[in-house]
Amino acid sequence: MSCSQTILDYGLRSIGIGERLLPKTDLNLCQQFTLIGSGLIWNVYFAFFALLIGFFVANALALAKASPSPWLRKPADAFIFLFRGSPLFIQFFVAYQLFVMLPRAGIEVFGMTVATNWLTKAWAGALVVLILNTAAYSAQIFYGALMAVPKGDIEAADAYGLTGWKRYRRIIWPTMMRLAWPSYTNEAIFLFHATTLVYFSAFPAFRQQGDSLYYASYFAGQTFNPFVAYPIVALYFIICTLILIGLFGIVNRRLNRHMPGATRKLKYRPQLIR
Amino acid sequence: MFASCADPASLEGLSWLMCYLTSGKHLLFYASFGTVLLLLIITAPIALLFGFGGAMASRSPFWPLRWFGKIYTSMVRGVPDIVFFLFVPIALDQGFEWMRHQVLCDSDAPVRQGNDFVVCAAAKLPLSASPPWVHDVYAVFLAVIAFAIVFGAFAANVLYGAMQAVPRAQLETAEAYGMNRRQVNRRILIPQMWTYALPGLSNLWMILIKATPLLFLLGVEDIVYWARELGGAKTSAFSYPHPDWRLYYFLGILVFYLLMTWVSEKILGRVTRRLSQGQATLAGEAQRKAGAL
Repeated sequence: MSCSQTILDYGLRSIGIGERLLPKTDLNLCQQFTLIGSGLIWNVYFAFFALLIGFFVANALALAKASPSPWLRKPADAFIFLFRGSPLFIQFFVAYQLFVMLPRAGIEVFGMTVATNWLTKAWAGALVVLILNTAAYSAQIFYGALMAVPKGDIEAADAYGLTGWKRYRRIIWPTMMRLAWPSYTNEAIFLFHATTLVYFSAFPAFRQQGDSLYYASYFAGQTFNPFVAYPIVALYFIICTLILIGLFGIVNRRLNRHMPGATRKLKYRPQLIR
Repeated sequence: MFASCADPASLEGLSWLMCYLTSGKHLLFYASFGTVLLLLIITAPIALLFGFGGAMASRSPFWPLRWFGKIYTSMVRGVPDIVFFLFVPIALDQGFEWMRHQVLCDSDAPVRQGNDFVVCAAAKLPLSASPPWVHDVYAVFLAVIAFAIVFGAFAANVLYGAMQAVPRAQLETAEAYGMNRRQVNRRILIPQMWTYALPGLSNLWMILIKATPLLFLLGVEDIVYWARELGGAKTSAFSYPHPDWRLYYFLGILVFYLLMTWVSEKILGRVTRRLSQGQATLAGEAQRKAGAL
């Protein structure tokens, strides 16, 4: 079987398009590259939506944490502590058990039936956990940045008569983003790497539609040879991480475009700030 | 465990729960918390050692060593740690068996035959005749190595950064006093770097704590394994029948980890304060001023 045929058969296998059965015998490099690459769709899907939605949640949480009112601050603190203090792996298990326990028929809310079944599927359930997890970590980063906004900036805004939402939108938020961005890049990379955990925790892979590491461990199990499949995943992830750094670097340049001394180049130094 | 627990079917309420929570399997579940702590205690110093070696290697003037250090420290940057946790134990196991195969077996047959990895019985690790606990210890041993390699690379990043952060002037002063490279390293660089390394190392400790449930993926009978085993629904064929209680078991584990990170945070906060005493940093300066008042 030629390689292009393999790509046609298995290129979209992870989302259920193409050949139904996974290759079992005579595994060649092309099959491994194709299937593992196809699994990467899920990693990108989880990372993209978790980061996108988590970003907004994190902004709200950071503001709540900085709020003078204990009614906002305490819940935000508790939420951040809960998700930063426990392993993501355990969070997946707890969430899955919680979702399974929801009534199958759905919950009655104001006479309408809200379906809950979809939450036990990985595409939704794991995404919810990842959103909450990254929201907690990013909120801590944004909160730190918010506290580091220079006093002079805010005084200048006051002097210009900017108050409330306008002051936040035009002065505080851009500075906060600028300060938080290097750490936030770090967090995004961590989250992207954490998406490999989804199919190794409680969430089952429906019809063997899993992520790249799921297929890699499938191949390693079939061939009993870890020296091919895992390096392929590693290669894919290195490339994706570099792309991620590039994309975040573009945003970083835009955030810093008014700063003197040219734009700071975003270097990926894993500061291990998680 | 208790004599009154001999017939669980006749028990009710609190005494049932008491007997249930002290059953033999539950004692194994509690012991597995010890496995997690043991892994942490063994892995942390080994990882620190690996990290120290990696950081020293990437500062070495001898280029092959420097390259090795650089590659080691940067390998965890782009690749998820879970890949290493899955890869390293199998790779090590096969590596050991291959080496033993070369020495102990007299057959010329290749080790890899199609999709099989075949070594003779004498080269198996652990030997198939050895008792079950040897298999368990071997699995934990491989897990410790895997954790040490990954977290050693993380630690090497932190320590390398800390070594770079030690003020150059201090090292130059030491050189001016006629110390050679080794003396500068031992007397000035290493004692000075800890205050710079501590924030990174504290973070690393937190990440290490939160990585311990991944032991489950390595086939070790850890807390996740027992929580799934004990929490699953039990029919009346079992002595303690109950519905699916996995949620409560996982919530218990969640609380365990929250406690661990909370306590660690408190302790590390104290160590940070202690280490910044008398240092030429902002924190050290603040302490000096507070003391002078």
